[in-house]
Amino acid sequence: MLLLIETWIDIIVNLIIVLLLLAGTFFILSSSIGINRFPDVYTRLHAATKASTLGIAGILIGAFLFLYVSESIISGKLLLAILFILLTNPVSGHMISRAAHKAGVKPVTKHQKDAYEEAIQQYKSSR
Amino acid sequence: MINLMLITALTLFGVAILIALVRIILGPSLPDRVIALDMIGVNLLSGIAIISVLYQTKAFLEAILILGILTFISTIAFSKYLERGVIIERKRKR
Repeated sequence: MLLLIETWIDIIVNLIIVLLLLAGTFFILSSSIGINRFPDVYTRLHAATKASTLGIAGILIGAFLFLYVSESIISGKLLLAILFILLTNPVSGHMISRAAHKAGVKPVTKHQKDAYEEAIQQYKSSR
Repeated sequence: MINLMLITALTLFGVAILIALVRIILGPSLPDRVIALDMIGVNLLSGIAIISVLYQTKAFLEAILILGILTFISTIAFSKYLERGVIIERKRKR
């Protein structure tokens, strides 16, 4: 990377960019490990949506800062991609969890309690 | 130094894709596999961002946007297929 280091403010900006990229890499790698380590679908979704959203936002903000500093481009596409991912990643996690519950995947809990199923039964009996 | 860090980050994304591939092969139910496919899309997207920093170019930014949209749409299509059995619903008059 390849920024000319002239003053101390260049060093600080380089350090911020590298820290953002490395933090994003760490969060995405840990969420990918968490997919393998958690016991069922509903706990895997914690790793797959939250950590990866944070990591990808960090990496894209780092790339945006790099392009702004080195080539003085304000790229609207990267900002749009950050906004789009922050909007759509929780929605896809919600859809997958509801589809998994309707497809009959049992949650692994300590007391084998399914609060969503109880709420559905309560709603059906109240109608 | 910083180039070495960026190449290490790309290698870690490759390792993460391999780990998600293990979950796709082993996954006991279909939603596990859908989650792992979503994870592979996220890894590819951030890998493209790292590559555009490494080569100092802005040519790959459209690929980031389009890959994000495709990952979201494929996840939504899979979950609608899991939920209802069809993806596009048609209302028929009978």
